[in-house]
Amino acid sequence: MDLTFFGVQLLNGLQYGLLLFLIASGLTLIFGIMGIINLAHGAMYMIGAYLVYDLTMRLGNFWLAILIAIPIAIVLGLIIERLFLDTLYKRDHLYQVLLTFGLILVLNEAQRIIWGGDVHSVPVPAPFDASLQLTDNLQYSVYRLFVMGVCLALAGAIYWVIRHTRLGIIIRAGAVNRDMVEGLGINVRTLFTLIFSVGVALTAFAGMIAAPLTSIAPGMGDSILITCFVVVVIGGIGSIKGAFWGAILIGMAETFGSVLIPSLASMVIYLIMAAVLLVKPRGLFA
Amino acid sequence: MLHSYPKRVYFIMLALTAIVATFPLWGASVFGGQSDFILEKLTLMLILALFAMSLDLLVGIVGLVSLGHALFFGVGAYTLALASPDFSPASLWWMLPLVMVVSAVAALVVGVLVIRTKGIFFIMTTLAFGQMLFYLVSTSPFTGGTDGVFIMFRPSLAVGETTLLNLDDPRTFFYFCLGVLVAGYLFLRWLTRSYYGQVLDGIHDNEHRMQALGYATSGYKLIAFVIAGVMAAIAGMLAAMQYGFANPAQLGWHTSGEVLMMLILGGMGTIFGPILGAFTYEILLFVFEHLTTHWPILMGLTIIVAVLVLPRGIAGLIIAPPGKAELLKTSLLRRLAKGGRKPRTDAHPHQAVMPKGRAES
Repeated sequence: MDLTFFGVQLLNGLQYGLLLFLIASGLTLIFGIMGIINLAHGAMYMIGAYLVYDLTMRLGNFWLAILIAIPIAIVLGLIIERLFLDTLYKRDHLYQVLLTFGLILVLNEAQRIIWGGDVHSVPVPAPFDASLQLTDNLQYSVYRLFVMGVCLALAGAIYWVIRHTRLGIIIRAGAVNRDMVEGLGINVRTLFTLIFSVGVALTAFAGMIAAPLTSIAPGMGDSILITCFVVVVIGGIGSIKGAFWGAILIGMAETFGSVLIPSLASMVIYLIMAAVLLVKPRGLFA
Repeated sequence: MLHSYPKRVYFIMLALTAIVATFPLWGASVFGGQSDFILEKLTLMLILALFAMSLDLLVGIVGLVSLGHALFFGVGAYTLALASPDFSPASLWWMLPLVMVVSAVAALVVGVLVIRTKGIFFIMTTLAFGQMLFYLVSTSPFTGGTDGVFIMFRPSLAVGETTLLNLDDPRTFFYFCLGVLVAGYLFLRWLTRSYYGQVLDGIHDNEHRMQALGYATSGYKLIAFVIAGVMAAIAGMLAAMQYGFANPAQLGWHTSGEVLMMLILGGMGTIFGPILGAFTYEILLFVFEHLTTHWPILMGLTIIVAVLVLPRGIAGLIIAPPGKAELLKTSLLRRLAKGGRKPRTDAHPHQAVMPKGRAES
């Protein structure tokens, strides 16, 4: 493996890791603040990708499609939170697992009814549909660099909101002691709705910008959900910082794993998780 | 621990057992040519009931919500598939112990790692370990990849040259599975009423207090995890015998979700509830599959509604039938109409099906 190839893999791993972060951050926020384990998170990633595919086909413009798809995702999150999760905050995790498992079945099947079982793709949009010529036979897609930039910007924005705004203070306090925050006169219901919608929007957005890079297929949300669970477990549930470093670690591990040891690639991330659990059962940053 | 249920519970369960057990006698006259097919379905339900019951030990009795229980179901199925000789049936005399040992070791290894975690971490890590094995068997060459492994001969149960039970015969296999299920039920009942079971019960209610009393709770939980894993593996082995193959889907997380659903549908913490749950789930599945190709949407909605309005499951209804007022309180429509605030029906579901006096330890 020469240096350029190594560099390309490094970039791929970083890009994949950053994308994972967008999804995992929503998952970890929803758990950390609301105490809800949301299995349907992966399905929302899939819905995001399909929405953009559909709207791009209709409108002929990827950017316009994203602009329309984001509000749709937020509204979907609102509906799910108000209609279903609302009843589950006081209940055991078991019921959250089951209800969101039911939601997966419904959303996956709804996807099949609306868009069918075929595999689709979205063309890489202009002006990022170019490639950088690294060596004679090695290119790197500009769109991947763009995705990286967007993810980093969003990660920075999340960090800023949580560290430096009043909302961030409430979120951090909520993660520590929900009842106390409520006792101090903060409307926790509204906060929950907001967090859930933002979390869902983040994962759906990840699906949208990933659409030109991956094949859009039924069940694409299930596998990414499990990967994000591993990310969150490694980083520590509820920790945004943990989600970030966990995502980078897993992104790198999967990318390099599939290049270096293809036969074990699918296992690598679980082995890392097992190792982390042995040393720190609550995750690296919890 | 609950030492007795209302009489109607035993009556209903015995009546249902009698109906199912006598199916080979009356099935043909009621269902005609369909009866062979239904017998196969019933056999599968018995196997899944055992599987769901094993999960009840973890979820209902100890309070550990596992979303990776299918891992052990798959271990049972794959152990049978991989250890069976190609050209002759394996003997159940060594196959069953082998399955139990392999699954016990697997449960011990996974258990040591996951028992250290609690609550949501336990859910996530069990899920992740389940998926780990899923990817292992679906990519590794000697487990046949996504196609799985075929089992050419069903194991036999013989002494010397005489066959004790001809398990190839659907009826015999049906009664064999029924026998295993009843044995599993009696074992779990005995276990939960034993001293060990009382400790598990204490852990479920208040682990810190049990620790303060001097119990090494991790060890107790680990043993429960292993027992549940071995029982699930036996169910997985029976399922592989029934299907004639072991397949990665048997240990995927959708299977784990489904068995959890059977458990909650039937009523957890009751041991007999999961049996009702497995039958109900499979019957619903059968009906939905015949109604529409988009049956998952119906199944998903059923799950959501069951979680919202029936947190104690069918067993909860039998043990303590709700009065009219309670029915109203838990009705979904009422809940939606009222908006935000809900009556807290059931914060501690296991406790809710138990009579008074249990919570005061």
